[in-house]
Amino acid sequence: MASEQRLIVMAGTDERDLTRLAEYEAIDGYSALQKARGMTPQAVIDDVIASELRGRGGAFFPTGRKWSFVPKPEQNPNPHYVVVNADESEPGSFKDNEIMSRVPHRFLEGCLIAAHAIESKNVFVYIRGEYTGPYEILLAALKELEGRPDLRGDVTIVLHRGAGAYICGEETALLESLEGKRGQPRTKPPFPAGQGLYASPTVVNNVETLATLPPIIEMGGAEYAKLGVPDSRGTRVVSISGHVERPGNYEIENGTSLRELIYDLGGGIPGGRDLKAVIPGGSSTVILKGDEIDVGYDFNSLLKLNTAMGSAGVVALDDRCCMVQLGIRISEFYEHESCGKCTPCREGTRWMTQILRRLESGEALQSELDLLLDVCDRINGKCLCPLGETAAVAVASYVEKFRGEFSAHVEQGGCPFGDASPLHDVLAPVAMGGHLPSAVPV
Amino acid sequence: MSTYYEEVQEIKAQYPDGRSAALPALRLAQEKHGYLSPEALRECADALGTTPALCEAVASFYDMLHLAPTGRHIVEVCTNVSCALVGAQQVLESFEQELGIRAGETTDDGEVTLRPIECLGGCGWATVVSIDHHYRTHVKPADVPAIVQELRSGE
Repeated sequence: MASEQRLIVMAGTDERDLTRLAEYEAIDGYSALQKARGMTPQAVIDDVIASELRGRGGAFFPTGRKWSFVPKPEQNPNPHYVVVNADESEPGSFKDNEIMSRVPHRFLEGCLIAAHAIESKNVFVYIRGEYTGPYEILLAALKELEGRPDLRGDVTIVLHRGAGAYICGEETALLESLEGKRGQPRTKPPFPAGQGLYASPTVVNNVETLATLPPIIEMGGAEYAKLGVPDSRGTRVVSISGHVERPGNYEIENGTSLRELIYDLGGGIPGGRDLKAVIPGGSSTVILKGDEIDVGYDFNSLLKLNTAMGSAGVVALDDRCCMVQLGIRISEFYEHESCGKCTPCREGTRWMTQILRRLESGEALQSELDLLLDVCDRINGKCLCPLGETAAVAVASYVEKFRGEFSAHVEQGGCPFGDASPLHDVLAPVAMGGHLPSAVPV
Repeated sequence: MSTYYEEVQEIKAQYPDGRSAALPALRLAQEKHGYLSPEALRECADALGTTPALCEAVASFYDMLHLAPTGRHIVEVCTNVSCALVGAQQVLESFEQELGIRAGETTDDGEVTLRPIECLGGCGWATVVSIDHHYRTHVKPADVPAIVQELRSGE
């Protein structure tokens, strides 16, 4: 497959300022919404099922199927809700940031199509609190929509700003937060489709998923399903960062090789250095070694390597990087963001960080490598949500794939890389007392 | 200009259940009082029709809500992996040097609080620094003196 972009979600952004309604309408914006409204809700769901669209937030669940789980209004008379997960917080991912900032109307059009499909009159966009820029752009786009009842119809869209919590990207934690509570995940079942926001039927969809709906409706689901590869149809906006010459978001057809992503679109590794490792789908995913990148960027190909596209955040690490230091920083992130509800995650991530720190400083015994893997194992599958589990799976993969390097820390009584590694001694928020406020004079 | 109480009532009206207004109401209270002081929490609880304890319980969960005073400006340097790979720690240290404080502290004049922060969702534009919740991208240590100057001159 050619190493070039295939703009579906981001189509038109090179030529026009699509943050403006007039510009978006000039390229037939909102015509897909009109087309969808001419179809029955079930026909829209069927078309999205035909497109084989799967959720772009990370779980990759088939979107049309998710919608089909929502009871019809005659089966459940409670109001139905569309809730948008715009809480993008996965280290490595910054695609939704750019989608909301550059194609806000395509995204809002997708929200209105989803609302039609599940017969909802209320859309809540849960946008992470730190995203001031995208929030202001969406607010302006909504203002434009307010003057256009022909487009908005009888649907209200409310922008709801988060307040800084990675866990609120987990859909049930997001719903708790949207209900004005601490963002702690719920027990599932019940699933949001039946009992979501205010215990009413709810679909929670990611920003990119929704922004993909207008082109799907426009071209027809079957046509969209011709793009990409089996089980991974269509395009994906991939965030590339870390040690590449041209970091940024690139929309590619699913199945494009990871090597092309890094070396062609990303421009390769700066300074002519060697690629040591790649985080393929955000911090939650199993790491790949530098020689494992001749793989299609799609669900099945990555599954064969026991990893995933996740939220499509590709992070490249060059040969100076210490994998123990990477483990510390990732573990510290999850320790900070653990909501504290489940003991294995709350305590386990803390233990992971402590063992990794002992390894880095050279105090650890060889047996502590297995202890680390054991702690990871004791988190896996024992929590309500995937937060702790992904931390454990990611860090365990660093140990498994770079075991020699971890052992060298024990044998040499310290870090072979030291401050030559860019991840040396990076100050993480959790090292300062987690959520405690700054120590300042009152 | 509407009062805080009235503003919160307007926000509550956007939701089928007014309790959903907790985060926006806390954010507004923080903007008004500088931080979520006991007085701010009482005012928030009053407007929401709930208790200060509930407001505090919610607020303590979220990173952007502060239960202790902060500086008038907040400088947050992302030190997660993508930013760290291209020198976020050095950017953080430049701010420490320029402000004369350690990360986590506030300048003596109460103007600026500096802290590291988890991934801001701008990994491709590293290093990302959030200044009063507006992003600066591609920040290098050499950019720091000018940014601090800007903050000090009150722009």
